Amino acid sequence: MIVRIMGDGQYRVDDAAAAEISELDDQAAAALEAGDEQAVRDLLRRLAESVRSRGTRLDDSDLSPSDGIVPPEDLTLEEAREFFSGEGLIPDLPA
Amino acid sequence: MPGLMSRASTVVKAKLSKLLDRAENPNETLDYSYEQQLEQLQNVKRGVADVVTAKKRLQLQTDQLEQSVVKLETQARQALGAGREDLARQALERKSAVQQELQGLDQQIQGLEQQQEKLVAGEKQLQAKIEAFRTQKEVIKAQYSAAEAQVRIGEAATGIGEQMADTGLAIQRAKDKTAQMQARAAAVDELVESGALEDFTSTGDQLDRELAALASQTQVDDELSKMKAELGTGSSEPPKEIQSSTEEKQGTST
Repeated sequence: MIVRIMGDGQYRVDDAAAAEISELDDQAAAALEAGDEQAVRDLLRRLAESVRSRGTRLDDSDLSPSDGIVPPEDLTLEEAREFFSGEGLIPDLPA
Repeated sequence: MPGLMSRASTVVKAKLSKLLDRAENPNETLDYSYEQQLEQLQNVKRGVADVVTAKKRLQLQTDQLEQSVVKLETQARQALGAGREDLARQALERKSAVQQELQGLDQQIQGLEQQQEKLVAGEKQLQAKIEAFRTQKEVIKAQYSAAEAQVRIGEAATGIGEQMADTGLAIQRAKDKTAQMQARAAAVDELVESGALEDFTSTGDQLDRELAALASQTQVDDELSKMKAELGTGSSEPPKEIQSSTEEKQGTST
């Protein structure tokens, strides 16, 4: 699958790596649910590292959409909530 | 509960669908989307320029504060040399406050530096994707029927829409950071203007006047002894007509 790390780029990861990444992803979601900012950051950072180390970077000119997007690892809890609510943090694309 | 990655992806796609829904036909979608991409590229460039401006302002302030540190230190020495430990202490206290402010500025400048790097990287990626999109757009227009084009446009637009959302977030965060820095820079300017962090010579406060008086006193004394040496009068001898107080008599007898 293809994963985008926000602020970095896109990576293609194989199924084995995808399973590991998915587990970290679930933990990150649980940490966000629990309101544990430090854990969210740690897990997002590990998630991004895992994608970088086990994936292959796509060329910048590749227009393939991603299957998953890793938010920036330095999000504060407040920013993360805003991010996932779809309000504000990612500006609306002009329409 | 879905993981964060798929949720983030859903958020980004929702933003994109608004863009795609707007256009009536495939060609229009392509052209409109392309225009928006170019516009965002301009936004990134502006974002980079804003960060650079904010950084320069903080660097300028750093220079000013560093000069203050040197001046305050010199003034502390002068005051101490003249036996005014109280003034020397005040000068050193200010120096310490300025140095703390300097440390804060250093960190802020580094923060802006990182924002700048991210934006520049985002700009490069966006540029590469826009170029790829432009090529693909012409291919789609020339070679596909409306129905097929719709599918391919969806793919290409999703890929680039993601990049736009990503870059958009980078711009947004850089803007927030820049706004914070501007507020901070303004606060430092205010401190400098109020004299709280400035060297004494350029402010009109009490300490300034005392130090200035001290400096001018020293200069007058120096000049006086120089003149006396030139006139050959040697040691100071008060004029006879005002020689009345016992203090002065003691002064001349020693």
